[in-house]
Amino acid sequence: MITKEKLQDYWRENRRLMMIVLLVWALVSYGAALISGILNKIVIFGFPLGYYMGSQGALIVFLLLIIFYARRMDEIDRKYGVEED
Amino acid sequence: MAERSFVERLKKVYAIYTGGLILLLLLLYIGEKLFNLSPTFIGYVFLFGTIAVYAIIGIISRTGQLAEYYVAGRRVPAIFNGMATAADWMSAASFIGMAGALALQGYNGLAFIMGWTGGYVLLGVLIAPYLRKFGAYTIPDFLDARYGGKIPRIVGILATIIVSFTYLVAQITGVGIIASRLLGLPFEIGVFVGLAGILVCSFLGGMRAVTWTQVAQYIVLIIAYLIPVTVLSLKYTGNPISQISYGFALQGIEQKFAQLKGDPKEIEVREIHKRKAEELKAKIEALPTSWEQGKLELENKLNTLPPNDPKRAEIEKQIKDYPKSPQEAKEKWTEAMKKTQEASKPPKSYVAPPSDAKGMFNFLALTLMLMLGTAGLPHVIMRFYTTPTVREARTSAGWALFFILLLYITAPAYAAFGSYEMLNLVGKAFDQLPDWVQKWAKVNLITIRDLNLDGIVQFAEISIHPDMIVLATPEIAGLPYVIAGFVAAGGLAAALSTADGLIITISNAISHDLYYKIINPNLAPSTRVKIGKALLLIVALFGAYVASFRLAIIVELVAWAFSLAAASLFPVLVLGIWDKRMNKQGAVAGIIVGLGVTMVYLYLSRFKGVALFGIKPIAAGIFGMPLNFLVALIVSRFTTPPPQNIQEFVDNIRYPKGAVKAGAEE
Repeated sequence: MITKEKLQDYWRENRRLMMIVLLVWALVSYGAALISGILNKIVIFGFPLGYYMGSQGALIVFLLLIIFYARRMDEIDRKYGVEED
Repeated sequence: MAERSFVERLKKVYAIYTGGLILLLLLLYIGEKLFNLSPTFIGYVFLFGTIAVYAIIGIISRTGQLAEYYVAGRRVPAIFNGMATAADWMSAASFIGMAGALALQGYNGLAFIMGWTGGYVLLGVLIAPYLRKFGAYTIPDFLDARYGGKIPRIVGILATIIVSFTYLVAQITGVGIIASRLLGLPFEIGVFVGLAGILVCSFLGGMRAVTWTQVAQYIVLIIAYLIPVTVLSLKYTGNPISQISYGFALQGIEQKFAQLKGDPKEIEVREIHKRKAEELKAKIEALPTSWEQGKLELENKLNTLPPNDPKRAEIEKQIKDYPKSPQEAKEKWTEAMKKTQEASKPPKSYVAPPSDAKGMFNFLALTLMLMLGTAGLPHVIMRFYTTPTVREARTSAGWALFFILLLYITAPAYAAFGSYEMLNLVGKAFDQLPDWVQKWAKVNLITIRDLNLDGIVQFAEISIHPDMIVLATPEIAGLPYVIAGFVAAGGLAAALSTADGLIITISNAISHDLYYKIINPNLAPSTRVKIGKALLLIVALFGAYVASFRLAIIVELVAWAFSLAAASLFPVLVLGIWDKRMNKQGAVAGIIVGLGVTMVYLYLSRFKGVALFGIKPIAAGIFGMPLNFLVALIVSRFTTPPPQNIQEFVDNIRYPKGAVKAGAEE
C-alpha cells in the first residue's frame, strides 16, 4: 500500500530531479546561445564552440538528459516501491 | 517472455526489410549503369515501390479492435515507438527544408535545430510518462478527466484540430511537390498520389498500421538522408563521418565570406541590388498608378510585336504573372524589395549569433516556442500512449530523440558542405558552371544572373531556394541518379509518415472525442472503429482538397502551429500534472487568454507590422504562453480547489504502479 506521506516524498524527489534536468537543459541551449559570441572564440577541429553548441552540442546533452532522467526515475520508483508490476 | 520474442521478431522483420531496401538500391544502380534505365523509370520504381511496401504493412496490420485502432494495442516497444515517433515528427520540412534554412540563415537557423529537439526533454520529463499512466486515447480525454467536464474537452478538441490540420495540409503539399519533381507529374496529381499513399497506411489499421509503416518509413528516410552527405564528406575531407568533418567547411565559409566583403566586383553587384530595391520602393509608393502604368506598358509591348514574334510568349507570360490588383502588387513588390535589400548587404558571418539584443531575443523566443510547441503537439503526444508501460514511455522519449538526432546533427553538415559548394561557384565563368546548376536552375531552385555583365559569377548574383541543399547534394557529390531518386523517396517517406500521424490524430479527435464522448456515448466498439475510418477518409480528402490550392500562407501557418500549441495546450498539460491545485476555471481561463493573446499578436505582427521587442510572427507565442501560466495560476487560487476525486486522480497518475480509475480502458 502506498501511503500519502510516501507519495509526497516520492514526488518531492521527482520534482528535484526534474528541476536539475531542466536547469541543465536551459543552460546548454539558452545559456550557451547568450554567450555564443564569446564561445565562438574557442575553435575545436574547425568548430567555433558557440555554433557547435547550437548545432550539435546541446542536442547531445538533451539526449543524455532524457536517458539520465529515465534511469534515475527507475531507481526512485524502486526505492519507493511504486514501479509497475 | 512473450514480449521479448515479439521484440526479437520485430527486429528480424525490419532487418530483412532494410536488407531488401539496400538490395533494391544495388539492383537499380546496376540497371542504371548497364541498361541505362531512365530517371523517370527509376522515379516510378521508388514512388510505387515504397508506397506498395507501406500498403502491404498497412494491410497486414488491419484491425477492427478499438485499442488496436486507437493506441496500437499499447504494445509498441520503446525502441520501435522511438523510430515511429521520429518519423511521425520529422516532416518534409525537416528532411528537405531544414538544412537549406541553416545554410541561408547561418546561426539564426539553429533555433530550429535546438527547438525541434529540446522539446523532447520536456516531453520525456514533464508530460509523456504521466499521460501514459493515465492511459487514455487522446489529449482531450486527459483534459476532460483532469479538469472535469465538457468545456475542457471541447477546448482540447479545437486546439487539436486547428494545430494538426494546418500541419497536415503542409505535408500533403510536400508530397505533391516531391511527386511532381520525381516524376514530372502535375502538382494536383502528385497530391492525389500522396493521398493514396497516406490512406493505404492508415485506413485499415488505424494507429497500429500507422505505427508499423512509420517504422518502415523512418528506415527509408534516414538511409536516404545519410548517403549523399557521407559521400560528399568523404570527397572533401577523406572522412566519411560528415557530422564531425564539417568543421573544415565552416572554416572555409568564414574565410571566403571575409574575402567577399571588400571585393570590388561584389560591391558593384550589391550596388545594382540596392538600386533595384530603391526602384521597387518608388513603385510601391506610387501605387496604384504605378501598377496601372506597368500593366499598360506590358500590353503596349505585346501590341507592338508582330503576331509570330518568338518574344510574344515571354511577354504573355509576364502579363499572366503580373499582379492582379494594386493590393497584390504591394505584397509582391514588398517581398521582392526585401529580397533585393537582403542581397545588397555584404555576407554576414555564418557562425556568429545575432549581434543586436532584439535579434537575440527573437532567436531565444523562437527556440523556446518551438520546444514548448513540440511538447504540446497532439500527434507527437499521442505516440506515447502506445507504449506498454510508463517506464517505456520515459525510455521511448530517449529513443525518439536518438533517432531524430541522427538526422538533426547531420543537417548542419549538409548546410555547411552545401554553402561551401555554392561559394565554390564564385569566380567561375558563366559558361563553365557545372551541370547540376543548369538542372536545378530549370526548376528555379537556384538562380544565377550576370547582373554586372562581366561573365563571372559573383556571390551576390547567386540566389538559392532552401530545398536546393538536400536535393542537389547527390549530384554535387557525383552520385548516380539512383541516389537522387532515393533521396526523393526519403522526402516522401518523411511527409507521408507525418501526414499519417496527423490524420489519425484529427479523425480521433472528431470520432472519439467529439462524436463518441459528447454526441453519442452509446456506440458499440466496432461501430466506433467504423466511424473513425470513415472520418479518416473525409479528413484526408479534405486535406488534399485544401492542399491543391497551394496557398502561400500554409507554410507560415505551420510555424504558427508551434506558437499556438505552446500557448494553449502545453501549459494546461504541465499544470494538470505538476500543480494539484489547478482547477477547471484556471485551465480554461489560461487557454483562452494564452490563445487569444497569441492570435492577436500573430495578426498584428503579420499584417500590421508590429514587432514588440523585435518578436516576429513565428515566435508570437512568447507573450501568450507565460500569460497562460500566470492567468491559470491566479484564477485557480481565487476559485474553489478541484474536487477530491480529481485530486486523487492527480496523485494516481504521478506514480507508475497500478491503474488509473478515471481513465480505465474499456
